[in-house]
Amino acid sequence: MADATAQRKLPGSLQTNRNLSQWLDINADGTVTMRPGKIEIGQGILTALRQIVAEELDVNLERVKIVTAVTALSPNEGVTSGSRSIEESGVAFRYAAAEARELLLARAGAKLGVSLEQLSVTDGVITSRSGGSVSYWEITDSELLQREATGEAAPKPYKMHKIVGTASPRVDIPRKVSGAPVYVHDMAPPGMLHARVSRPPSYSAELVSVDVDDVRGMPGVVAVVRDGRFMGVVAEREEQAIRAQRRLARNAQWREVPTLPECDPRYLLKCQAKSEVISEKNRDTPNGRELAGEYTRQFLAHASLAPSCAMAMFENGKYTVWTHSQGIYPLRAEMAPALGVPPEDIVIHHVEGAGCYGHNAADDVALEAALLARGAPGRPVRLQWMREEEFAWEPYSSAMVVKTRAMLSDDGHVTSWQMDVFSHGHSSRPGRGQGSNLLAAWYLEKPLQRAQTANPPLPGGGSHRNAIPIYEFPNQRITNHLIPDPPLRASALRGLGSQCNVFAIESFMDELALAAGVDPIEFRLRHLADPRGRAVIEKVAAIAKWKPNSKRSGDQGRGIGFARYKNGAGYMAMIADVELAGTVRVPRVWCAVDVGQAINTDGVINQIEGGIIQAVSFVLREEVKYDRERVTLRSWDDYPILSFAEVPEVLVSLINRPELPPVGAGEGTQGPVSAAVGNALFDASGVRLRDMPFTRERLVAAMTRE
Amino acid sequence: MAISITVNGRLHEVVADAETPLLYVLRNDAGCKGVRYGCGLGQCGTCTVIIDGKPVQSCDVPVSAVAGKAITTIEGIGSVDQPHPLQRAFVEEQAAQCGYCATGIIMSAKALLDVNQSPSDDELKQALSKNLCRCGTHQRIMRAIKRAAAEMRKF
Repeated sequence: MADATAQRKLPGSLQTNRNLSQWLDINADGTVTMRPGKIEIGQGILTALRQIVAEELDVNLERVKIVTAVTALSPNEGVTSGSRSIEESGVAFRYAAAEARELLLARAGAKLGVSLEQLSVTDGVITSRSGGSVSYWEITDSELLQREATGEAAPKPYKMHKIVGTASPRVDIPRKVSGAPVYVHDMAPPGMLHARVSRPPSYSAELVSVDVDDVRGMPGVVAVVRDGRFMGVVAEREEQAIRAQRRLARNAQWREVPTLPECDPRYLLKCQAKSEVISEKNRDTPNGRELAGEYTRQFLAHASLAPSCAMAMFENGKYTVWTHSQGIYPLRAEMAPALGVPPEDIVIHHVEGAGCYGHNAADDVALEAALLARGAPGRPVRLQWMREEEFAWEPYSSAMVVKTRAMLSDDGHVTSWQMDVFSHGHSSRPGRGQGSNLLAAWYLEKPLQRAQTANPPLPGGGSHRNAIPIYEFPNQRITNHLIPDPPLRASALRGLGSQCNVFAIESFMDELALAAGVDPIEFRLRHLADPRGRAVIEKVAAIAKWKPNSKRSGDQGRGIGFARYKNGAGYMAMIADVELAGTVRVPRVWCAVDVGQAINTDGVINQIEGGIIQAVSFVLREEVKYDRERVTLRSWDDYPILSFAEVPEVLVSLINRPELPPVGAGEGTQGPVSAAVGNALFDASGVRLRDMPFTRERLVAAMTRE
Repeated sequence: MAISITVNGRLHEVVADAETPLLYVLRNDAGCKGVRYGCGLGQCGTCTVIIDGKPVQSCDVPVSAVAGKAITTIEGIGSVDQPHPLQRAFVEEQAAQCGYCATGIIMSAKALLDVNQSPSDDELKQALSKNLCRCGTHQRIMRAIKRAAAEMRKF
């Protein structure tokens, strides 16, 4: 319908889920039900959204019940990603709850026979100044919110906030630390079976022969499912499924094909690219001397602590699926053609998984569980990937190469800046391409075409996220060289391309500052007009007690990194300390962060701390290794992340700006931390490492070269 | 074969192959879902339980090896309503993001605190050397364990 009302622009995800009753119920039993389409992945989003609802409705937090996302019921909010949940879901709930409150006040005013100005609300009880009161719970009914949102109910001014902006404890932590069955991995309905998948040794391996029948007679085996090169087993007990899967794997003969490039990100420079200039400024004539740099990173893994898991049931031609996918609606749309049913025949429930930090195998395993559930109709089938599958088959974050070139005037100003980004796309989430992004779909008897890896567009960007510096350079030219068809599966990981782009920009800024003979912080401020950006840099310098132009002593160094995430979200400035003791150690990181209004202050800090520690692990340790046939990661030995003894101490200073719109906090840390560590390493060693990760071997090689 | 194991003081009769990793028996037969699968290789610590006072990665032990021994899992030390001081301290310090590593870490920490009520930071890190956390919650976890240790010293 194209009338004026239908086209009204509504705030956040209300725009696409316009009925108030999709979001909230005010219940006669004294509770409020909220239905976010966004999902919890350990980032604390449900706690923050609950704070927003309780705040706008003026009810105690405890009254607000959360229904986790399910396709039959919840608003379609796409994917929980990109640190956008507060901007999309949070804003929708803020306006929906404000409007629900107005509707309740109108009913109360009519009932009490007073004007709205007379009314105030305390924990759902509406009181009139002239006497008389009535509660939400007495005047609510199922009709109340059956209407399209107007977006016109004004949310509270921030100065009246009592719940938003506080460190409200996370709703999910007590059950998690008690060991309660909270993850999809823990589901165990009566009659549930266990499944495992037997995979090819590598992406392109051809199946020569397989003996399936031999496995059918094994103890506990209920079904062996084979559809083309997709094969799996379903058994009564989990260890029986694993044993059958191992036999099935031994019974299969494969022919492997060498399809992978050399294990060095510079293979990207030899690929055919689609090149696009994404920013160009020509204000005056560049002058001064020229400097250049080339920065790389290898593919990175999500390396979720829990291998991906799903449960599915096939009954009367229809499917029910329980998944930790970040996008239940896009997943449903993508599963339908692979299963050969319309989307309406699939119901998907979200159940939490472990932290994923982006698009891991959550969606893949959901389709696979459904395919295997066909082998045992009427019984729930739980499929959990083994550790080696998660490492070898998850979609990784693309390898990248960033080349920089700048001219530096005699008075120490950058007069021109050129940057070239070489990368694959950064998203192969369901729904993000032509074809299928679900792994098993490519191996079926009638395979679906593998979708081309997508690259989220600017201003957020994918490979080019944060490729455009926010410094004021009179001349600049930024070119994105997008390389299709990644040799390894590639998709979204915390920060997408920003990790390498910010690493390049901020390393190069330090190199330029050194050439200019100017302190790195002074050099940044000299080129930065944005007051919020300057504020986080100045703040982090203050809390770390940064001393201008002081070379650190001995084998110790200190460095800075800064960015505004996605050039439009949170500001982060980091200072890292580095110690060289045979290997590169990061004992301490300071951070100043501005994410506008912090809905949950401790939630923001928890996210930032985690992002910093994970980013230090990225930059010191992490790279996906592969040979010409296959990814060679199998265990944590092949992909060592930082241990308790190795993680830095982290000190976060939050600049809360309750008057400004809230933006997400989870992802902006990765680039600034990587750069701060690189700059600190240079300060400590006199050696500039431009290839991540900063392994001992790389450091030794670089020091020998110098 | 039939195997008897004692989990959190309760005897369970399990029919499973002798080589079955203890982890699967604890999760699927004893119903202890707080014992979590992470790697199956004894590298990540999410499946840590306490056997005869020692922290053990239950993915790496065949069930037949623990017959007759006292196994304690996260479910055996406390609950949401009656949390162990470690669990309470994890809530107080908000020492979790996704929380998947938390139960194994709490069990490693409990095994340490049971023999050393005032561990140094280095002793704590050593006790957690086989526990991984991917969300980067390490320093909150360290704080929580120290808070719990202080609480436990009072009794």
